[in-house]
Amino acid sequence: MVKSAFLASAAKRLVTGPRTYYLWVGLLLVVALTGLAAYSRQVTTGLVVTGLTSYVPWGLYIGNFTFLVGVAAAAVLLIIPAYIYDFGPIKEIVIIGEALAVSALIMVLLFVTADMGRPDRLWHLVPGWGILNLPSSLLGWDIVVVNGYLFLNLFIPGYLLYKAYQMKEPNKSFIIPFILLSIPWAVSIHTVTAFIYNGLASRPFWNASILAPRFLASAFCSGPALIILVYQIIRKYTKFHVKDEALFTIAEIICYAMAINLFLLGAEFFKELYSDTHHLSPLKYLYNGLHGKHALVPWIRTALCFNLIAFLIFLVPATRKNFKTLNIACVMIIIGIWIEKGMGLIVPGFIPAPLGEVWEYSPSPVEILVTLGIWATGMLVFTMILKIIIPIETGDFTKEGGTSSA
Amino acid sequence: MSRRKDDAASPSGNDQQTGSGTADDPKAAGGLEKKAGVSRRRFLAGTAGLFGMITVSSCSWDEFFQQNFRRMTREEIDQTLARLQAQYKAKYGKDFVVGAEGPIDGTLFGYALDIQRCIGCRRCVYACVEENNQSRDPQIQYIRVLRFRDGNMDFEESDLYYDPDRVPQEGYYYLPVQCQHCENAPCTKVCPVQATWKEPDGIVVVDYNWCIGCRYCMAACPYMGRWFNWADPVIPAEELNTRTHYLGNRPRFRNIVEKCTFCIQRVRKGRYPACVEVCPVGARKFGNLLDPASEVSRILRDKRVFRLKEELNTQPKFYYFFGL
Repeated sequence: MVKSAFLASAAKRLVTGPRTYYLWVGLLLVVALTGLAAYSRQVTTGLVVTGLTSYVPWGLYIGNFTFLVGVAAAAVLLIIPAYIYDFGPIKEIVIIGEALAVSALIMVLLFVTADMGRPDRLWHLVPGWGILNLPSSLLGWDIVVVNGYLFLNLFIPGYLLYKAYQMKEPNKSFIIPFILLSIPWAVSIHTVTAFIYNGLASRPFWNASILAPRFLASAFCSGPALIILVYQIIRKYTKFHVKDEALFTIAEIICYAMAINLFLLGAEFFKELYSDTHHLSPLKYLYNGLHGKHALVPWIRTALCFNLIAFLIFLVPATRKNFKTLNIACVMIIIGIWIEKGMGLIVPGFIPAPLGEVWEYSPSPVEILVTLGIWATGMLVFTMILKIIIPIETGDFTKEGGTSSA
Repeated sequence: MSRRKDDAASPSGNDQQTGSGTADDPKAAGGLEKKAGVSRRRFLAGTAGLFGMITVSSCSWDEFFQQNFRRMTREEIDQTLARLQAQYKAKYGKDFVVGAEGPIDGTLFGYALDIQRCIGCRRCVYACVEENNQSRDPQIQYIRVLRFRDGNMDFEESDLYYDPDRVPQEGYYYLPVQCQHCENAPCTKVCPVQATWKEPDGIVVVDYNWCIGCRYCMAACPYMGRWFNWADPVIPAEELNTRTHYLGNRPRFRNIVEKCTFCIQRVRKGRYPACVEVCPVGARKFGNLLDPASEVSRILRDKRVFRLKEELNTQPKFYYFFGL
């Protein structure tokens, strides 16, 4: 009874809202459907409609996949301490972080599926019916950890919110083990994703032990930066309250993470430049161009500049605690890491090719439309989740006051 | 945009057509890209295609639910082969033989290539394309012949697209590269669904009906030995080779990976691979590494050999040697 009432009033909340809400959702739907149409073209014609080649078989899709795994991991890692040390008042913030993680994970799964040549054979991955090649395939492990993480991030906030809806206290001894489990799990999803590339001896650009630590460090920059922006939007448009101090604390964490990320980048530069072997070629291609090919150079240089400038803004307390400069830095860091952990990571791994050739890659219109479509889908999911959980959190949406609007 | 067309077409080896009878058809590749152009109306029409996803390879339920080759019983294999033959007959109007000959006990296939004899004529490339029903558009060629300047073996300075009037050229030598059939194969290790594996006779194969098209194996291969069908393969009907093997040269379809199988359809019947047969200078040798009397065993004993990228511990069964 309670459940069906919950579902009915939740559904009603999703379709009612101010005009800006309809505009926003409508826009996302249009972009998502355009992406779907582009994807159907890819399915019926083949991956020839992408810019991918035998030389660069992974590109925009896998780049976005990698970036979003980082967002999903960081969104939870950041807020876990809130659960443990202060279960009460901070948990509102936590739940929105988990909603962000869920949306990012849905995009992660969509990007991997979009990249697959044969999505009709997804069932081949189901253990028993198909074959999941464990323990040897890191892609197999990634499927396990990403889906497990998705479950945890649906289950934990789902339980807490349902209790809040029923106006009951959550059973801490029941839910805390799951929360504790989600900490190493968040680390694992980004580590395993790094290992997908890291384990390939054929690609010296990825085959360096620094890769997984750098993944985590950079994820702690982009994920929290996204959260800082999202909280400001939420508190502007809803009754949901987040203290400035909370956001500044997150900004401080980003500062440390970026310092580590830049240090590790420096270590990478030193090793490659000083030893000056053929393993330097991908890095050369990325930052300076190789054999007259330099498609990624303006991108990665932008990323480097953005990351450095943002780091300085986060470092100086005066600019860190000023929302104008803070927000600029957040946007810069998100773009910077998206380039660095997206195309800037995937594409140079393939250049030069193992037999020395330099073939560049740039995404095709179909790839770009599908990518935008998946981002729109993710944002749509995030909007929908927030539309339901924020009123629960603010106490406007309970089993008694279920239909009053937020 | 025209630059992008080149990017998509050429890595399949478009420029590699040098000095051969095989038609060089950049127009066809360009046309394919044009077809791939973006138009809104096309998108809407294409949406209907989503529903056809299951029928992506014009397949039946039997095909959709087909198990991994290594899990099939003898009976299931026979049914699958019969179904494929009927399917190929319907599609190409020809009677195909689709075999599934297994490995022969006591056999481990190995290859030896004499880089002092190779003249860089690329006849092996084209013989391979014809024998193995590789797509002509987009182009797939399992063998890449690299040209090096004398005194240099730096891959980054090698040239795949050399195009002189005559070969061999003074001051250069040639190094053909194809799947090295590694004993410690990085490609089979990474496959998330075990769609590719090393057979007991050492041949690395792909079950085209099990591959999900993730291309992880292509990222893992240090020799560029794997090829992806970016679109439906196009092969002129009169050039089809109808003598095929399930794990070898049977016709493929879009969005799956394929590779050199040492001509599994030939070598398991005691014949030589097509590239060995066609080589005009006898630079290519093939045989059973476990048989001390075989030609490859003799070469490994008597000649100086090397393998590519030994430092990666892939343990190729493809050796290069100095025969003269």
